[in-house]
Amino acid sequence: MENLIAIEHLTYGYEERPVLEDISLGIAPRDFILVIGPNGGGKTTLLKLILGILAPWSGTIRFHGETGGRLGYVPQSARFNRTFPISVFDMVLTGCIRADNYLKRHTREDEEKTGVILEKLALYGKRNDNITDLSGGQLQRVLIARSLVSEPLALFLDEPTTAMDATSQTDLLDLLTELQERMSIMVVTHDPTPYAQAYRHIACLNTRLYFHERGELDSATLERVYGCPVEILGHGIPHTLLATHGEEEKRP
Amino acid sequence: MSTILSYEFMQNAILVGIMASIVCGVIGPFIVTRRMVFISGGLSHTAFGGLGIAYWLGIRPLIGATAFVLAAAVLIGRQEEKNMSRNDLFIGILWAVGVAIGIVFIHMTPGYAPDLMTFLFGNILTVPRADVIITLFLVLIVSGAVMIFYNGFVAVALDEEYARARRLPVAALKMGLMILTALSIVTLIQVVGILLVIALLTIPVAVASELSMNFRRIMLLSILCGILICLSGLMVSYFIEFPSGASIILIGGLLLGAVKLTEHLRGRRPAGRPEGPGGRRKET
Repeated sequence: MENLIAIEHLTYGYEERPVLEDISLGIAPRDFILVIGPNGGGKTTLLKLILGILAPWSGTIRFHGETGGRLGYVPQSARFNRTFPISVFDMVLTGCIRADNYLKRHTREDEEKTGVILEKLALYGKRNDNITDLSGGQLQRVLIARSLVSEPLALFLDEPTTAMDATSQTDLLDLLTELQERMSIMVVTHDPTPYAQAYRHIACLNTRLYFHERGELDSATLERVYGCPVEILGHGIPHTLLATHGEEEKRP
Repeated sequence: MSTILSYEFMQNAILVGIMASIVCGVIGPFIVTRRMVFISGGLSHTAFGGLGIAYWLGIRPLIGATAFVLAAAVLIGRQEEKNMSRNDLFIGILWAVGVAIGIVFIHMTPGYAPDLMTFLFGNILTVPRADVIITLFLVLIVSGAVMIFYNGFVAVALDEEYARARRLPVAALKMGLMILTALSIVTLIQVVGILLVIALLTIPVAVASELSMNFRRIMLLSILCGILICLSGLMVSYFIEFPSGASIILIGGLLLGAVKLTEHLRGRRPAGRPEGPGGRRKET
């Protein structure tokens, strides 16, 4: 099956320092890719390159059909202006804004789609609440709703479980599993544990891409990625770093 | 009252006060939510450089100020796009250099600069009819642009990165917002002067944010609040001969204090707003 997104020999850096070097990766329809790796390894940068937020130094990103115009993005919740005075409904509605319609008013169809998405994500009762009144889990669902209202073919999530409790994580996983039936999903995460049953491929990034197949993740690969001893705990994904790399990386 | 309104200077003052309030309400919420207050301070002070050159050249001061503030807005906008982290340094330098240019050119201008204090501290009662017309054009440009680009400006103010992912022309929208801020500042300088412009861009928004957490409603309430404080300040200035710019700002400050006190005593606040604009966010 042809890949929705084909990344070939991608290189990018900040100032003179390369953050990603010669990355090649294919995202198939209904794929579920986990991107893991140490801090500064280029995980979020890869996402931003695919989404067009950053322009690569070299290499190509090819989109099949209309995929390039239908990418959903769920940023880390800390990245947007959380003090902006906006309701849940209006926030999700901003997901309908595109380069070709931002000069126009929102259509009735946009508002109907927003209502349907809010209903589906159990947020309809919160539609008039201000975004600053939401819990971490609720806010994450609002960000997902905003990305889904544009009906994406591929969904990219950056550290979606960071502000979530265990129940919210389970709900998110259920939702992602359901969404995977109709779109490709790529999740950047420090903590791959919650996704152990859901992912199809895994990409370990530390400037270079080290690994990209399910079931073959081993200590040697992870040690190359993190540059320190690693212990595999189970399912091939959960692992413990056995030397100091960065505080946030030490997860079982 | 009808006698007062028959004076042309008073008609001009009321018209400029209302137009300035519209500008405050339309652009102020974007300035506050995008944290551009320091930028606005820098832009308004660079206007002094334009004034100095205009006096020296013998042209209308408002034209000199407009040209300088617009140039500064473009420079800050380009700098912001290139290097976000050091933008405050650049704005601080532009701020001081603008004022220094103004001082030097006014020093070099022979004779007395008659309107200089008016531009520094504002005097809504002395705005000539020609400047009322210029202000009308500025207000139409600012309001029209915000109406047309509203969705884009909101997208950028809310989540710039997401706006980029949606392929919106973020750099152009940010530059547009910067230029509209510059035009707004020129409008407001006539009312409250260079030194007090920041207050008129923020106080009405602060009052409105105490009363609502809906962005459109904040815009509308800011306009109404601006009209209230501008016209009240105008009357205070006329009847007890206080400086008009300072009167407007002090009335605005008192109004904000009264609204905050009332909200506090009633034990309620707009949803999601613990302490007014820029207040602590509720951590969950």
